[in-house]
Amino acid sequence: MRSIWIALFCAGLAACSGAPTTEQEPAGVEDRKPTAKPENVTTNPVQGKDLTGSKMSPDQMLKTGVLAQRSIFYDLDQYDIKDQYKALVEAHARYLRDNPKAKMLIQGNTDERGSREYNVALGQRRSDGVKKMLLLLGAKEDQVESVSLGEEKPRMEGHDEQAWSQNRRCDILYQGEY
Amino acid sequence: MKKLLAVCLICFATSAAAQLSIEIAGAGAQRIPIAIAPFAGEGALPQGMSAIVRADLERSGLFRALEVPVINPPLTEASNVNYAEWRARLADALVMGSVAARPDGRFEVRFKLFDVVKSADLLGVAYTAGAGESRLVAHRIADFVYEKLTGERGVFSTRIAYVVKRGPKFELQIADADGAGEQTLLVSFEPIISPAWSPDGKKLAYVSFQQKKPIVYIQDIALGKQSVVANFKGSNSAPAWAPDGARLAVSLSRDGGSQIFLVNADGSGVRRLAQSSGIDTEPVFSPDGQTIYFTSDRGGSPQIYRMPAGGGEAQRVTFEGSYNVSPRISPDGKVLAFITRNSGKFQVASMDLATKQVQVLTDSDKDESPSFAPNGRMILLATVNAGRGVLFAVSSDGRIKQRLPYAGGDVREPAWGPFVK
Repeated sequence: MRSIWIALFCAGLAACSGAPTTEQEPAGVEDRKPTAKPENVTTNPVQGKDLTGSKMSPDQMLKTGVLAQRSIFYDLDQYDIKDQYKALVEAHARYLRDNPKAKMLIQGNTDERGSREYNVALGQRRSDGVKKMLLLLGAKEDQVESVSLGEEKPRMEGHDEQAWSQNRRCDILYQGEY
Repeated sequence: MKKLLAVCLICFATSAAAQLSIEIAGAGAQRIPIAIAPFAGEGALPQGMSAIVRADLERSGLFRALEVPVINPPLTEASNVNYAEWRARLADALVMGSVAARPDGRFEVRFKLFDVVKSADLLGVAYTAGAGESRLVAHRIADFVYEKLTGERGVFSTRIAYVVKRGPKFELQIADADGAGEQTLLVSFEPIISPAWSPDGKKLAYVSFQQKKPIVYIQDIALGKQSVVANFKGSNSAPAWAPDGARLAVSLSRDGGSQIFLVNADGSGVRRLAQSSGIDTEPVFSPDGQTIYFTSDRGGSPQIYRMPAGGGEAQRVTFEGSYNVSPRISPDGKVLAFITRNSGKFQVASMDLATKQVQVLTDSDKDESPSFAPNGRMILLATVNAGRGVLFAVSSDGRIKQRLPYAGGDVREPAWGPFVK
């Protein structure tokens, strides 16, 4: 939440501070950022035919589709991977299997309640659970490290269930991303 | 301008609140009435001398400082004591002293303590110190007075360590036991937790996430040098010094799950102490070094257990409630302090290890990281007050509570250091 405010604040500053205009902006042209999402439309991905036959690089793959999903969320005091995240873990296991040189760090996290050190252990149990599933699905021990950040790196500041549910999670990072 | 003024007022309000930092509960709070005369010549020291001594003694909850009228010429340790007059002022004890500048730029501080009731001179000490050491001298004087009048060693000249979070930054700091005179040992944009003092007070072990995972380090306080104690695959956490200062117990996940290991302070000689299918963490040695207390969920919920320090069968220690963590043992080995959860509140409790009687010591709801003063009288803890982490100390009987002064930022993870020579 805070980061949104900061972003808005920065945007506001940028808007206000606007460098002295020496040139008039061309009229009649809509300035649309390519990343801006069109509203009220539905988009369907259409797989293009790759006539040259070149494959996506592993790096590109990690930024698209299910491999771009990197977080697994948990219920209170739970460390089992919920069904809705199994496809995600399977996809990452497949990636590790297909890319034996790829290395992954899994960071387990907890909500803020209770002892910091005990929460390090609870977060570890979550990341160990993800690692175990990855190994069962064919990833190699030396590709995966599971660690814990305990309650120390909350994704969402706040002291209610809404924040806590965001903070009980594992994050998957590949080498170069941490 | 108006806005600026408002901000300043808030600052003043905060510091005024920080002054009222001690709360003594219960009737029959027998405090020793003591007169601490302003030290002759103390105006030469920026922070004075008598005010720090007085604040130390009052903060202990065992003393009540009396107002001392302005006396001319100022009293010194060499002045004659009119015991009848001090008795009429209802003082049981009296401290008089002086500060003199020396030709080398240092100061000489002398003081004497008198038992007014018995009309007895309880002696005193002379210290030579640089101006920058005046707080330490004042704490030493308070320690002397405290020990003479209570029979128990004072802890005013000991230090505490803690972590402050300021925005995105984490700072590992040490300060005097009264929270003043803070110095920063480590600044990081990643978390720092679990500082633990070496038994000689010269080093701190802690967990830093500076490499994006928990790693146990030791830092030499005087040299500022950081060295790795445990950096194995997985998480490395929860350092606790053995009383010999040569080894530490840590929790490592390198073999799967969080389990307790012993490691030499230089990182060599790692060996696993116990095998459990659950979580084992937060080890702490008993003062005699024979036993390790720790937190484990092997029974289904986190509870405190103990085992021989060389490894062996563990016994469960806590039974009431479903969440008992963060064990600490009093310096005499007789009391276990820990964090217990009561209907969603996390509070500091103590257990008499002989009778197993448990007493909840605080009425706050987010207590963490209890830490005994080296004389066992107070327990330092972190709690949350008005949304910000603050440090509190509570007496081991729960009667006296004191809030350490506002340090700025979010303060957590306190650890009370050992006696210093």
